[in-house]
Amino acid sequence: MGRRVAARLGQAVVVVWIVATLAFVLIHAAPGDPFSFDAPTVSEAVRAHWRAEFGYDRPLATQYLLWLGNLAHGNLGYSHSMHEPVRDALAAALPRTLVLMAVALVGAFVLGILLALFQVEHRGTRRARWAGNVALFFYSVPDFWLALVMVLAFAYWLPILPAGYPVSMATHDYMAPLAAFVDSLRHLVLPALTLVLLTTAGIARFQRNELLDVLPLDFVRTARAKGLSERQVVRRHVLRNALIPTITLFGLSMPTLLGGSVFVEKVFAWQGMGWVVVNAIGLRDYPMVLAGVLVGTVMVILGNLAADLAYGLADPRLRVD
Amino acid sequence: MLTERARAAGRAWARLAPGARLALGVIAVFVLGAVLAPWLTRYQPWQQLDVVRLKSLPPSWAHPFGTDRFSRDVFTRILYGAQLSLSIATLAVLVSSTVGLLYGAMAGYTGGWIDAVMMRFIDAMLSVPRVLMLIAVLALWSPVPVPALVLLIGLTGWFDVARIVRGQAMALRDREFVVAARALGANPARIVWRHVLPNVLSPVIVAGALAVGNVIVLEAGLSFLGIGVHEPMASWGTMFQDAANQFVSTWWAVIFPGIAIVATVLAFNTLGDALRDLLDARQLPGQPAADLPEPAHG
Amino acid sequence: MGEPLLAIENLRTYFHTSAGVARAVDGLSLAIAPGETVGLVGESGCGKSVTALSILRLVAPPGRIEAGSHIRFEGQDLLALDDRAMRAIRGNRIAMIFQEPMTALNPVFTVGDQVAEVARIHAGASRAEAWKRAVAMLDRVGIPGADERARDYPHQLSGGMRQRVMIAMALVMQPALLIADEPTTALDVTIQAQILELLAELQQQSGMSVLLITHDFGVVAETASRVVVMYGGEAVEEAPVDELFARAHHPYTRGLLAAMPRLGAPRDRLRTIPGAVPAPTAWPTGCRFRDRCASAWEQCEREHPAIANVGADHASRCHLAAAPGRRAPEDAPPRVEVG
Repeated sequence: MGRRVAARLGQAVVVVWIVATLAFVLIHAAPGDPFSFDAPTVSEAVRAHWRAEFGYDRPLATQYLLWLGNLAHGNLGYSHSMHEPVRDALAAALPRTLVLMAVALVGAFVLGILLALFQVEHRGTRRARWAGNVALFFYSVPDFWLALVMVLAFAYWLPILPAGYPVSMATHDYMAPLAAFVDSLRHLVLPALTLVLLTTAGIARFQRNELLDVLPLDFVRTARAKGLSERQVVRRHVLRNALIPTITLFGLSMPTLLGGSVFVEKVFAWQGMGWVVVNAIGLRDYPMVLAGVLVGTVMVILGNLAADLAYGLADPRLRVD
Repeated sequence: MLTERARAAGRAWARLAPGARLALGVIAVFVLGAVLAPWLTRYQPWQQLDVVRLKSLPPSWAHPFGTDRFSRDVFTRILYGAQLSLSIATLAVLVSSTVGLLYGAMAGYTGGWIDAVMMRFIDAMLSVPRVLMLIAVLALWSPVPVPALVLLIGLTGWFDVARIVRGQAMALRDREFVVAARALGANPARIVWRHVLPNVLSPVIVAGALAVGNVIVLEAGLSFLGIGVHEPMASWGTMFQDAANQFVSTWWAVIFPGIAIVATVLAFNTLGDALRDLLDARQLPGQPAADLPEPAHG
Repeated sequence: MGEPLLAIENLRTYFHTSAGVARAVDGLSLAIAPGETVGLVGESGCGKSVTALSILRLVAPPGRIEAGSHIRFEGQDLLALDDRAMRAIRGNRIAMIFQEPMTALNPVFTVGDQVAEVARIHAGASRAEAWKRAVAMLDRVGIPGADERARDYPHQLSGGMRQRVMIAMALVMQPALLIADEPTTALDVTIQAQILELLAELQQQSGMSVLLITHDFGVVAETASRVVVMYGGEAVEEAPVDELFARAHHPYTRGLLAAMPRLGAPRDRLRTIPGAVPAPTAWPTGCRFRDRCASAWEQCEREHPAIANVGADHASRCHLAAAPGRRAPEDAPPRVEVG
């Protein structure tokens, strides 16, 4: 088991290296460089100085090694859109994204699995078809549009929840701890709900297919022959088997979740990594944008790694005694 | 030959679920709307009718979907936007399907360490979130012309297809007709082209239908962020750029284009699901049909 | 026999598919006495497995047990029971074991859990109690070190062990009837013998009846006291096992017996029955075996033969019962000795 972890980690490092190299190629192939951004107050001399300081005048090979070295130390460059080192900007923003994604992930998995169970237990009925249609609807909705509609619906037409930012910007710092906590929660509801709605559908579709794949298998017939009710058969025997592949979905849904969070964060001004990256686009803040890609990649890799390990534990056939 | 195909198509139509037929109808409506746009509306999508008096008007008889902040007719913009959004999506999916098909077929059929390396590369690429990757590239090279946008979207979306195709190709490699072709001395490329590819088309078609919906949403999102389609071109996504700033007061400029996207994507997803059910039932040639009771063993 | 434990009357199980109606079981009648082992024999496609599933009402759609069928068990018509009553019987009064023990056991639960589950459902036993019963049962079916093996998963056991687990699972509640659907087909010959011996022993100890479904006459010879031969969804011959082997009547049965390769016999080509089993969607008119029968004549095409008495406790569905002179010389006489 330890050997598998080590092997996977090794692969992960290789992948990160490949992506880092790609990022390097991108920076240097793109028109201009990180220091040619639009800012009339910054003189050419200052830019030249920065270029020298960050080694942009050195030969490409040296720059590449410097780049890798910097990355290994966690030095991702300087972000002029945030006026601070990229690392610091991300350190502040990332936790907010993680909170949003964690809530969304848990919510989506629970809801998705329940929805799939419902569809399979009532398969063939109109209830199940409607549930499927609702899932399909949310699967087809654009992320940013759902976010906009949520804001319209619950912050304006039915003003019950706040529409932006992680906290009430004006008053949060003056609140008592409990009130501040509640305030944060209230701000979390809409963006998290949006993400949950977007992701649940995909998980429900996958889980439903898995359940239907297991249903005709021999041991399900054996369970029925033992006298179990259809409900017991599905919930005890079928689900347990069909949940195992869903573990891989944990890793597989990370890219989608990250993508979705970019749009959700922008609409809700949720100052997480996605929001920071989107702001960086307009200002040509290359280091920030690329850092976003790298961090996103690492998160996906970690997600897949975790899913892989969990899979090995969950399926008794894979456990090495 | 042609009537044979027509008859097969007819049979397929008969077996399609009613939901799928509706989906095809919806897609047809949007495609027609896009093609016939100049005849369906007398305005131009970029035309600012009267910025003083006709801006931000709610839906009315003259403007069924209202006007936006710049007094442009929303209905017109949706029709013309369809042209760009649908073309981009279809072309991008064509790119990704083709690349994925060829890559996967080659990897699966060749096997061995070549296959291993090819798959590792895919694993690596799948680790990069597609949206972030596209944001990075599009931002760095902004503004990106539409053909390049199509290529970029296509080239970031072929990995899953390649994986599926590779699996099928590996299974096919050991089937009799392929082994027979090999025994007859056919060269690998020919075998892949004539025997493997036609049999792995089904999952590619299903994935393609679902992918078109995905790409429409993706392109809309990227245009919403300002890095997809650029002014003066108008796709469904660009309509949200300015509307998003004032959508509280001009909700029609946000809701109707959104409904257009949802309807189209829903149609493609329904179609994809229906195709999957239709094509799965036939399975690979030589396997028994699924609906007769299985003979007892022995 | 006295009051039969199980009485199947005119069972018809049809599959309503898009390709037509497959009459998998088409008018089967069969009775099993308490303590008796009945062998149900036939080739694939003759409907024997569907019969077994029909008894427990486990036939999946588009299959359906048609009206007019009756299955009486311990005084009740199983086909008239509601779902809850039927569940009380499955695994409890009637149990079933299947052919492929690897796929018939749930891969993610321990074998102990799967056996214990039966006790939890039907005896309301607590987890601890049920586990104890499970271990005892696993021990009884001959699994060494049952205590530890109970914590194993199916993939960790050999084929023979898994089949023993299935038997344990089936017998926990001491059912009156055990249906064994090809229990040894997927096993090695040596293991086959062990499993059959185990079944015989358990049956003697508990006095339960067994319906043994197989295509293998050798298995039948070992374990059954009475044999029913199925073809085309119906019973074509029924006799005590010795009688059948010595004086098989129906050309199909004779063909099957003649086709068995035997040690010590003169080295001939193996005899086969020409033709193939027709599709259940289109049984031939008249006698269903006529296209493959050397003795068939025009009555066989016209008239569907009824079950007729041809000896002591021996019935055959064949026109030859009334016209024995019409039997073709190639219709192989039975040459099998049991002993």
